[in-house]
Amino acid sequence: MSQESQKALPDALSRGASLKQLSLLNLWRSYCRHHVSSARDSLNRLLRQPLSSLMTCLVVAIALALPQVLSVAVSNIDQLGQSWQGRPSLSVYLHHNVKQPVAEKLLIELEQQESVAEGIYISPSEALQEFEAHSGFADVLGQLERNPLPPLLQLSLVEQLSLEQVQSLQANLQARPEVEQVDVDLQWLQRLQQILALGRTLIWLLSGLLALGVLLIVGNTIRLAIAARKDEILVTKTLGGTNAFVRRPFLYTGLWYGLLGGALALLLTELCLFALAGPVAKLAGSYGSDFLLMGISWFDAGFLLLASSVLGWLGAALAVGRHLAAIEPK
Amino acid sequence: MIQFLNVSKRYPGGFDALSNLSLNIDAGEMVFLTGHSGAGKSTLLKLIMLMERATRGQMVVGGQNLNKMPRRQIPFLRRQIGVVFQNHQLLFDRTVFDNVALPLMIAGFEPRDIGRRVRAALDKVGLLSKEKLNPVALSGGEQQRVGIARAVVNKPPLLLADEPTGNLDPELSAEIMKLLQQFNDVGVTVLIASHDLTLIERMGKRKLTLEGGQLVADVPGLGGEAA
Repeated sequence: MSQESQKALPDALSRGASLKQLSLLNLWRSYCRHHVSSARDSLNRLLRQPLSSLMTCLVVAIALALPQVLSVAVSNIDQLGQSWQGRPSLSVYLHHNVKQPVAEKLLIELEQQESVAEGIYISPSEALQEFEAHSGFADVLGQLERNPLPPLLQLSLVEQLSLEQVQSLQANLQARPEVEQVDVDLQWLQRLQQILALGRTLIWLLSGLLALGVLLIVGNTIRLAIAARKDEILVTKTLGGTNAFVRRPFLYTGLWYGLLGGALALLLTELCLFALAGPVAKLAGSYGSDFLLMGISWFDAGFLLLASSVLGWLGAALAVGRHLAAIEPK
Repeated sequence: MIQFLNVSKRYPGGFDALSNLSLNIDAGEMVFLTGHSGAGKSTLLKLIMLMERATRGQMVVGGQNLNKMPRRQIPFLRRQIGVVFQNHQLLFDRTVFDNVALPLMIAGFEPRDIGRRVRAALDKVGLLSKEKLNPVALSGGEQQRVGIARAVVNKPPLLLADEPTGNLDPELSAEIMKLLQQFNDVGVTVLIASHDLTLIERMGKRKLTLEGGQLVADVPGLGGEAA
């Protein structure tokens, strides 16, 4: 028998001082300490295997960067459409039987509306002359028995009208008895808006799918981590570790994967924008536009980091919930 | 400390590991549990730690009724019980110190308390000088002593040992037994499952013999402390 074991039991080992001595304050402090140590240890574990951690983070990052880049693209196109809306105009075609005085009276009335900047009256004969001059169909048009062109009011609207305001103005005019048809020469903008709305819906769907992908990636990585640390989990449970205690390091691992993946996704998005900025500026320059590519706002960046952290945590929670229950000491 | 009343354990598949077992172990006793492999020794220890639930019967450990204990209470029961395993179940990804500190960290002790208690436990098993080593660098007997240090570091009132000397030669086995007895000397209730009959005889403690899941013999110890 070794000498040490012949000694009397040291005070710290004698019986009596039980676990119940731990006060609530002690327990709260140890709870916080375990959070800090779990966060630190799980980060250290990731850093100890930098390559495989980087792989997982990169997969997460690519899954997050894809919708992010698309959403930045849609925002930019939207922005472009808004600025090109500029001065929308309306072509108000009147009925054939509307005479010039009536049309001019209508024009004066319309010009008093706030949304209308100015307007001109184009009589059917003026229109015909212009058409003959520009279309090259002069011979054909000359043979017509009567002028097929309707009287026209060309209205320029004030700037900064929303599409909805333009459309309601169009509907008002359409309702007048003198008016046959109102064309908005902004229909391409309307279509663009519809395409962008479709794009946004697609981005949401894509984001949902890719978020699911992130959950699965992190979940699978955590599953492997749990398998690798099975002995430790068993011993911890045998020694009285609660499920929350056992779960905590894995949840932090998921959080780190999410957060680092999100940060990498921001980096990837910025790289894409940086690569695109030059060509876009060149293209805009050739149209005489000073359009600049919009980057990611601080709000969007914060949201991305938050969302990616939550996704990582959730992926870990799902995996931990499924796999830790299966590990009970036997 | 431990009361079993008509306890049965049937595993899925129909194997009866324990049938209608009743026993009573008082606080401060040191008891050996013996019998052939498959007699139910390990099952009995597992029931005490609620690693398994009894199929029938009443079980009270440390004044707590185990039949009614909800799952979330189980970790707190286990913190009152120190366990020594045959294969010691040390973690080889950390030092001897960190292995012994694990129960204290789980229970939420202050870091400076942890240091003091771990060193006291390691001093007690004679391994204070090896606290910074990885347990892989220790001999079988030393690893088992680290396992004992970990089992007693949070001063549990009850110490269970499942074949603690199974892999050790007779001399080391005797050392381990003496160590366990020293904890019993200061009031810890000790229950040891072992089939090392010669060693058990030499210790002169109460001996329970299981056979086919039933208690077939209850021999009081020489000191007369057995009920």
